[in-house]
Amino acid sequence: MAFTNDEVLAGLAELITDETGISADEVALEKSFTDDLDIDSISMMTIVVNAEEKFGVTIPDDEVKNLKTVGDAVGYITSHQA
Amino acid sequence: MSTTMIQPAGPAHTRILAYGAARGENVVPNDDIVGPIDSSDEWIRQRTGIITRTRAGASTNAIDLATDAAAEAVSRSGIPPEKIDAVIVATISNPKQTPSVSAIVADRIGANPAAAYDLNAACAGFAYGVAQADALIRGGIAHYAVVVGAEKLSDIIDPTDRSISFLLGDGAGAAVIGPSDTPGIGPTVWGSDGSKADLVGMNATMTEFRDGTAPWPTLRQEGPSVFRWAVWDMVKVAREALDAAGVEPDDLAAFVPHQANLRIIDEFAKQLKLPDSVVIAHDIETTGNTSAASIPLAAHRLLEEHPELSGGLALQIGFGAGLVFAAQVVVLP
Repeated sequence: MAFTNDEVLAGLAELITDETGISADEVALEKSFTDDLDIDSISMMTIVVNAEEKFGVTIPDDEVKNLKTVGDAVGYITSHQA
Repeated sequence: MSTTMIQPAGPAHTRILAYGAARGENVVPNDDIVGPIDSSDEWIRQRTGIITRTRAGASTNAIDLATDAAAEAVSRSGIPPEKIDAVIVATISNPKQTPSVSAIVADRIGANPAAAYDLNAACAGFAYGVAQADALIRGGIAHYAVVVGAEKLSDIIDPTDRSISFLLGDGAGAAVIGPSDTPGIGPTVWGSDGSKADLVGMNATMTEFRDGTAPWPTLRQEGPSVFRWAVWDMVKVAREALDAAGVEPDDLAAFVPHQANLRIIDEFAKQLKLPDSVVIAHDIETTGNTSAASIPLAAHRLLEEHPELSGGLALQIGFGAGLVFAAQVVVLP
């Protein structure tokens, strides 16, 4: 079953809250993981691994560097679903 | 008629008899190293859990640290040093490639002419050494072995590097391993993945340095990628080591992972679903990451702080540059 953009955003927000304590309300498509949400590289990797499991996608290390905003991650996940 | 050759066999079981430890004599707080990396005490604590790291002075080398740790382990074991017939030193940082650290250590602790060799398995080196000592003794070609992890990493760091240098400390940890009436060292689950050799290691070769085409070689890592491998891939290895030993997480008294970074240790323990009863080694907080030395240093400290753990089961796992990894369950001495 493919997830919609809204479902991926909501699921990602949940994972970000679990890892960092940041309120899900603050997680929006235009937010930068580092500059706006202050998520460090280790937390980012934890979120990525949990997102892989939650959404059934593979996000290689080299791709993680390109995921600058929440929207980048949502876009990557929705376009790489099996 | 041809003669049938003798092939040796040793005792059925081995165990760790005692640990020894030596740390660099200088306690280096975060504030002393944040300048060149434009960082802060808070940034380092939050990302690594490290408050201080121990580093050795100019007159102390990895051989000195290894000797002190090995001598303590032998003394605590009660085994006369002349009965030690194998000395294995895991190290990646001794700047003199040959002769080996191990031969000098064997001589200094009174174990001359023990078999002696160094091994390079980075942060998995001690667990590799335990696997080898266990096999050497059960194979009948050694009776008592000393396994040492020894590093003076401060010789191969770059103060301006933000990837790994600020994590690193100097120290040595040692264990004496000998025969046992009951199982004391579980099956080792070990391996490597050279396709990821570039994730951690030296940033240049000695010949490039000699030829003036590179600065003094120092350590670097791809932190996030190493983190992913060190937690989610290594958890599978840890589970295999538990299964191979016939041990459940509930059976463990302690978890002694390589002291790479507190964030790795915490996430690892979470993924492994260890019960609260398992004491987790946190030597990283004050010693830093000492590569091959970190597991025996952490185990030595755990037993100092929690003597009630003696006789309990500990899961130890090392992982690092290579990439290489090794895990086994041991009975704490």
